[in-house]
Amino acid sequence: MNEYKTLTRTEVSVGDKLPTADIDITTGLVVCGALATRDFEPVHHSKAAAQAVGLPDVFMNILTSQGLMTRFATDWSGPEAVVKSVDLRLGAPNIPGMLMTVSGEVTALDKDSGLVDLAVTGENNIWGMHMQGTVQLTLPKES
Amino acid sequence: MTTDEQKAIESEIYAFIGQEVYPPTPAADDINEAMIRQWAEIMGDNNPAYLDKDWTANSFRGKTISPPAMMYVWGQEGFQVTKGRAPNAMSNLVSVFDKHGYTGVLGTNVKQEYFKEVSPGDNVTIEMIIDNISERKTTGRGTGYFFETLSTFTDQRGEKIGTQRFKVLKFIPQEQPSAAATEDKLDVPTRIASPRGHDNKWWWEACDDGKVLIQRCKSCQTLRHPPRPMCGECQSMEWDSIESTLDGEILSHTEIHHPKIPGYQYPLVCAVIKLAEGTNFVANIIGCSPSEVHIGMKVKGVLEQVDEKTMLPQFYPA
Repeated sequence: MNEYKTLTRTEVSVGDKLPTADIDITTGLVVCGALATRDFEPVHHSKAAAQAVGLPDVFMNILTSQGLMTRFATDWSGPEAVVKSVDLRLGAPNIPGMLMTVSGEVTALDKDSGLVDLAVTGENNIWGMHMQGTVQLTLPKES
Repeated sequence: MTTDEQKAIESEIYAFIGQEVYPPTPAADDINEAMIRQWAEIMGDNNPAYLDKDWTANSFRGKTISPPAMMYVWGQEGFQVTKGRAPNAMSNLVSVFDKHGYTGVLGTNVKQEYFKEVSPGDNVTIEMIIDNISERKTTGRGTGYFFETLSTFTDQRGEKIGTQRFKVLKFIPQEQPSAAATEDKLDVPTRIASPRGHDNKWWWEACDDGKVLIQRCKSCQTLRHPPRPMCGECQSMEWDSIESTLDGEILSHTEIHHPKIPGYQYPLVCAVIKLAEGTNFVANIIGCSPSEVHIGMKVKGVLEQVDEKTMLPQFYPA
């Protein structure tokens, strides 16, 4: 039945690298991401509003960055992992036309509780670090 | 800023610590599949825990859940914010900062913790306070204060779902924020431009023409690289060049991790390579994992266009 694989706590080790993900930052992703997170601040859908605060174009809202970081973690772990926390430091804005590369690594693992810490970084090709942080997940004992 | 001015702002802003931004407010809509579907489609998140009822029925949860990162979404104010937000403790705090010249604003950290998974049909109540305000800090963006809001989320049974801490820097901007607004187009960064001076321009121009050359003394035939005007053996300033076969062996190597420079491809391995002709050459090693690179490794160079203005020899495992 279980066509979706979830990593178990015995299958991961500190130092494991997560598969990197390239995410095209498009106007669609920025604007629709803001809409999907009900963030209607004009800087996320109006280029004129974004330019008024000194940026060349609309920029990604924090809730979208959070969503992408969580997705990156659970794409790796599989769906039966439980997300416990997302601790995000914000860097340079994501603007349409950029490419964000997300990478990550297992930095801590408690085999008893199944709690893993993932250090995740999203860097865009123009301004560098967009988001950096830790996602904590609980992995199951067995699949 | 004088001490008196600092005292004046601090007496005003610190009074906000502990004030309520939102009293406990249930979301207008219960958690629902339509909003989850929209979120998951746009995030590109195919996690079956969010929408696949057949799969979740047999999972340990037995039902679908809301994406944890949507916790704050359910209580958002909505489209009316485009016309301005209703005044609350946070907007009043921001006004105090603005009045004192701390007009810059930058969200710096957000941490969400999740205590309980929630599902369609549940309702999320948000409560937010101003939790703390830092002392005055000097940052790369300018002098300012960090303030942090603490949001607590509960479900319809009053059980705690999670918390969110959001840290914002309010600062005195060092330059007018409109300065960058004229930039309408993003320039994709390229590598640092090749240095084309009097003594090495010819070498880079040969690269542009598809040849990697090694300088040779006309007097004693000694090869030398990088290009320079005088032979180190016989001091002759007469020279010509030969074309390298780009066969080589790694003498030394390193991987550049940090800081990542936009315009370069990572992982980025740099090596000193001994060419078959005898001269040493610094170049990137590509076409294999950095962990495979080792001293003594045989490599073969290929002249490649690495960005719109640079032809560069790149070395692969031979």
